[in-house]
Parts: sequence; C-alpha cells; structure tokens
Amino acid sequence: MRTGAGPDPATQLYAAPRPSCDVLIRQGHVLDPRTGIDEVCDVLVRGGEIAELGEGGALRAPDGATTIEGRGRHLLPAFVDPHVHLRTPGQEYKEDIASGTTAAAAGGYCAVVAMPNTSPTVDTASVVGALVARARAEARVPTGFLAAITRGLAGEELTEMAELRDAGAIGFTDDGKPVVSAGMLRKALQYQRLAGGIIALHEEDPALSGDGVMHEGAISARLGMTGIPSLSESTMVARDAALARYENARVHFQHLSCVESVEALQTARAQGVQVSGEASPHHLTLTDAEVESLDSRFKMNPPLRAESDRQALIDALRSGVIECVATDHAPHAAHEKEVPFEEAPMGTTGLETAFSALYTELVLPGVLGLDVLVERMTAGGALYGLFTPRIAVGERANLTLIDLDLSWVAGEDGYASRSVNCSFDGRRLRGRVLLTVAAGAIVHQRPMLVAASAGKVAR
Amino acid sequence: MSRHLISIDDLDRAGIERILDRAESFAEVAGREIKKVPALRGRTVVNLFYEASTRTSSSFELAAKRLSADVVSIRAAASSVTKGESLKDTVQTLSAYDPAAIVIRSPHAGAAQLVARWTDAAVINAGDGKHEHPTQALLDVFTLRRRLGSLEGLKIWIVGDVTHSRVARSDILAFQRMGAEVTAAGPPTLLPRGIETLGCTAEPTLERIHEADVVYVLRMQHERMTESFVPSLREYAARYQVNDVRLRPGQLVMHPGPVNRGVELSSATIDSPQALIGDQVKAGVAVRMAVLYELLVGSPNLIAAAVA
Repeated sequence: MRTGAGPDPATQLYAAPRPSCDVLIRQGHVLDPRTGIDEVCDVLVRGGEIAELGEGGALRAPDGATTIEGRGRHLLPAFVDPHVHLRTPGQEYKEDIASGTTAAAAGGYCAVVAMPNTSPTVDTASVVGALVARARAEARVPTGFLAAITRGLAGEELTEMAELRDAGAIGFTDDGKPVVSAGMLRKALQYQRLAGGIIALHEEDPALSGDGVMHEGAISARLGMTGIPSLSESTMVARDAALARYENARVHFQHLSCVESVEALQTARAQGVQVSGEASPHHLTLTDAEVESLDSRFKMNPPLRAESDRQALIDALRSGVIECVATDHAPHAAHEKEVPFEEAPMGTTGLETAFSALYTELVLPGVLGLDVLVERMTAGGALYGLFTPRIAVGERANLTLIDLDLSWVAGEDGYASRSVNCSFDGRRLRGRVLLTVAAGAIVHQRPMLVAASAGKVAR
Repeated sequence: MSRHLISIDDLDRAGIERILDRAESFAEVAGREIKKVPALRGRTVVNLFYEASTRTSSSFELAAKRLSADVVSIRAAASSVTKGESLKDTVQTLSAYDPAAIVIRSPHAGAAQLVARWTDAAVINAGDGKHEHPTQALLDVFTLRRRLGSLEGLKIWIVGDVTHSRVARSDILAFQRMGAEVTAAGPPTLLPRGIETLGCTAEPTLERIHEADVVYVLRMQHERMTESFVPSLREYAARYQVNDVRLRPGQLVMHPGPVNRGVELSSATIDSPQALIGDQVKAGVAVRMAVLYELLVGSPNLIAAAVA
C-alpha cells in the first residue's frame, strides 16, 4: 500500500462506469484557451477520446458514431468544480451523489470535488471508502472527495490525514467552518508534509461573524439583521497565509467574497506563498442588495457583499489572482429555506446555472472575455493535482456544447438537483448547456438534441 | 395603499396622512361611551404573536374588536424548523378560517413578508425581528402631529440602542417621510454601521441634544450588557440617560415602552409634561383601527358611515 503522498491524483476521481462515446460534433465553434483553438471545426470522439480535429464540415462520422450539429454553438472543454456539497452521507433529502452529479453534468461539468461537512463528517478512512464505493456506483461525472482537517470539524483534533489520503481523499478542508485556532491549523500544515494534499480553508473569524446572517453594511443596517463584516474573512486569510508562509505549506482559500481578502491573497502571492483562491458565481454576479427582498435564497456563507467587493472579485478573476470559479453548490430542502431569512440555513445551489449566470452577467456586458471565463471554470481540478480538460487529439473527451444565444429562465424546467434553492432561480439567463461529455462518456444531453439525433443529424 | 402593511416603505406621505386622518375619527369614537363601530362586522382578524408583547397585542385586539371584527389571538412559541409547527403550516392552517387580516409579530426579520406569500388575508407587520414595526411608527407620527400639527422641519433625535430596535428603523423612515430631520444617537457599539444611508445623521454622544425638538428614547435591554455592547448600565445611564439635566424646556420626549425607569429615562422626565408616552399608548388603538380599516375597507366615503 502506498503511504504518505497518497494515491495517484489522476485516479482520485470516481464515477459509475459508462460507455465511451463515438460522436462527431460538426462545425461547432471550438474554444479552448489552453490549446489556443478558437475557430469553427469538427471534433471526432472515438472510444471516449478526441480522435480528430478537422476543418469545419471536413470530417465524416464513422459507422456507429452519432453526429451532433454544432453549428452556431460553442464547444468548450467541460468545467471542473472544486467545491460542491453532495450532502452524502446523511442528508440525502437535500442531495445525493447521483442527483448532485446529474446537476453537474447539466451545468457542463466533467468533474466535481465534494466537501466533507456531511453527517457523519468525512473524517475517517471508512467514510471515504464508503463514498468512493457510492461514487463508483452512482456518480454521473467523476467525483473527488475532500476529508476534514479536524475530527467532526470541531477544530480540536487532527484527522488521520495520511490514512485518509490513502483511502482516496484528495485533500482537506473543514469547509462550512473555519479552523479557528491558529495553533491547530499550524499543526495541520506541518502534517501536510507527511500526508500531502492541499489544505483548503473556509475563512471566517467567528468572533467577528458572530450570529451574523448577511454582509455588514448599509443593507444590514436598514434590515436590522446582524452583519458579517468582510474582515471576518480577510483577517483569517491574512493569518493563514502567514502560517502557510512560515510552514512552507500549500493552502487554498475557498469562496472568497471581499476586496480585503483579494488584497491579502495578492500580498501572500507576491511574497511567494503557495496560495490559491476561488470565487463563486453568486459572489461574482450578485450583491447584498438582493437581500433586501428578504428571500432566503440569497442567504449564504460567506454572504453576498457590496458592489465594490464584487468588482474586486471580478478583477481578481480576470487577472488570475483568483484562479478558478467554484460554485459552492449547497442544496437545502424547500422546507428548510421557507422560513424567515435569519432562520434559514446558509447556501445556494449553483451547478446548473454557473456558466449561464457568469456568461450573462460578465461576458455579455464585456466585463470578462469568454476565453478567460472558460479558463477559470476549467482550472479547479489542477489546484488539487487533478486533470485539466483540454480539447486536443489524444485527450480524454471532456467537452461541453453550449448555445450562447439560447435564452432561458433558471428553474423553468425544474432542476436536476434535488433542491431548488438557487439564487438565480427565475432569472432570464443567456447560454445553455446542450451536451456534456465527461471522461469520454455522454453524461448530459438536452432533450432537443436527443430527439434530433434519432434522425442521424442532431440540430 | 398596498394590500399589506409590512414596512413604512409601503406608504408614501399621502398614505400615512390618510391613515392618520382616519385615526383621528376613530380617536373620536374612543371618547364615546359605546366605543364600537360596525365596520368589520362578520370579518375575522387573527393576531399571531411569536413574541411576548403587552401593548402591541392588546391594542391590536382592542382595535379589531372596536371595529366589530371577530378576533383570534394566538401566542405561539418562536418556531424553528426543528421544534413545533413551521410558520408556513401555522399560517396555512389559520388561513383556512378565511381571516380578513393576519397581524403578525415575529422575532425574525421578513416574517410578515413571508406570511403575505402564504395567505390571501391582508398582513400587518406588528414587529419583525429588528427590522420594522410600522404601526408603532404610525402612532408615533400621529402623536406628534396631534401635539404639533406637523412634523415638517422638526428635528427628532432617536436615542439609545438603535442596532437592536425595529422601532428606530420604522421611525427613521416615517419621520423623514413626514418632513422631519432625524438624528440617531447612542453608544457607537449600538449604532449600526451604515445607518446614515437611511438618510439620518449618526451621533455618538448627546452633547448636541439641545438641538432636538423631540427626543425619542429607545429601550435599553439588559442583555446588551452581557453581550458587552456597553460595559454597565451605570455607565450607559451616565452618558445616555435622557433626564432634566440634558433636556431643555420645550423639548418633547417619547418612548415606545416598556420603559426602564432610571436607565434610559429618568423617573422625573417620564412623569413630566414634556413626556408624550401616555399619548403614544392611547394613540395605539385608534391608529391600529385606522390601519385595519384602510386595509380591509379602505373606501373614503365609508368612513363617514362607519363613525356616524
């Protein structure tokens, strides 16, 4: 048995076996910022691998291959989400691995990384083992698992990090809760030298966030709700960057929400600290002004913040200070969210709307290039040592076909997720995922594509 | 006027004035021996209170009864997902009785708005968390208008624990809408960051309180000490108590009740002719009658018939 560094990260994603596909996607606009391709071409997938790239209209489908019409559509490398909550084990009424990864496929994702704040917590090798077995049986897209840094996320005792790695955990996080004690986190960072694995951090100082339910600012003053000041996050980012620097450790900052955190991340990076950061579609497109509706769909942790924070996150995403988009997909049952705002649990779903929301709010108005968005939505695996999807001959097919002109209303056809607490619900969005290929298998097709593909050429 | 009264923001100045005018005629009814009009005969008003409240619940109950409505008053323990029936289920159950109005008091901001989504009844917010208490603000405006004729150009200081006060938030909005200038004053730990965006000025001391025409004093709750918002009641009273040393003659004093004598207000001030506290309580019934009437009957020529 391998010890210490854990198993090969390339194999640390688990999914139910699915048949590899043979498909020709004709005349789609293929865009992959990593390979530099940005033109109309044909893409032939054989046995789940990208077999050929040809000039638009040049390739013919071999026997047994389905042809999908890509004309007027964009073919992108499929997305990787480094931060989802699949709620298994223990809260399957909110989501499970099957429903959550079906939502991922519907959103154009080819891989997701699940958080360990389940019930029980993912803090022992046996729980990781059970999750791996479950993912092998029912995950629609390849799924990886983070384990807890501390037992029960209590912040008091380290988990058996080395054994958890051997059992299949990609890395560690107490997500949902901060590691409050600097001393405890320091030990985890030291232990990382034995166990390996990125340590991902939910940054929040509970002495500052208290019983806050939304961003502290003008809107919380007006609504009379207790605020969570931005510095409850940013002071912890600064603290933990300093710890990582001292211990020469590798940390990742989850769901960054405010300008001060971006500055702290930037400072740490300039000092050469091994840090990375993610931002969510909701923090990149919405602000605390939404909370004026008192709608609990806009309650999440960290909270939606001010417009200046949103602008700082966009700038950081554009410049690469924040290197990836993470949905923090956090499903909750309808009855849990249908309560007064202060009573509602924190979290919004996001897998099925991430691309469309960011495309509509950032790319269409010219705030962010489509190529940059695609790069940031596909970068979430690399930080954990996982693969990065690429559109190139010989690569495993991880593709998503998107109609950028298709306008739809989030939630109008329901959701693949078991929960409906989506902060974009009811919004008109542009750009819709039509097809997703993950690890060489078709994992999602819009019904319009399926219907047409029976007639050989799908339009 | 909208179908519900959730926030002072639901009302423009004319809407506020219409309710106050209506309240004037109902105040006249209160002076009669038979204090009852038939306006809501055969209709049901549900008072749903998830928080202890003496004056608000009793004045709503009395207001509905004086309009001849059938009244059901429910005192419920603050519900949560884990214990007891959910707010949604309670409201849907009560809605089966086809009430004309549901009056709700809740420890949580936004509860009244949620209730309005689940019922066909008119919903009146009788206090939601630290968010709003619009009928309190209306009766405060009514009391001042009765005494002074108008709030136009009036300087009103709201003093004390603004952070935890739904009364302060509704009053800041209502007083300004009626033309007053509002200052929120209190310990810096109890003035919420960003309160100025409501249009008021924030003052960390009472040094300039002589500038006020009206001093509206908020209740200082004892638990604020254990939460370290202020180090002691003694220090709070020393710096922020409204008393005859700080007040100048002619300034009016208001308080939403219940008062902590000797803490936020001196005993002598409470009992002085400057204090409008008793007038506020008295106004409560007439103003709540007016709110119920406006929401449920509303037609201007009906009022004449109702009080005739």
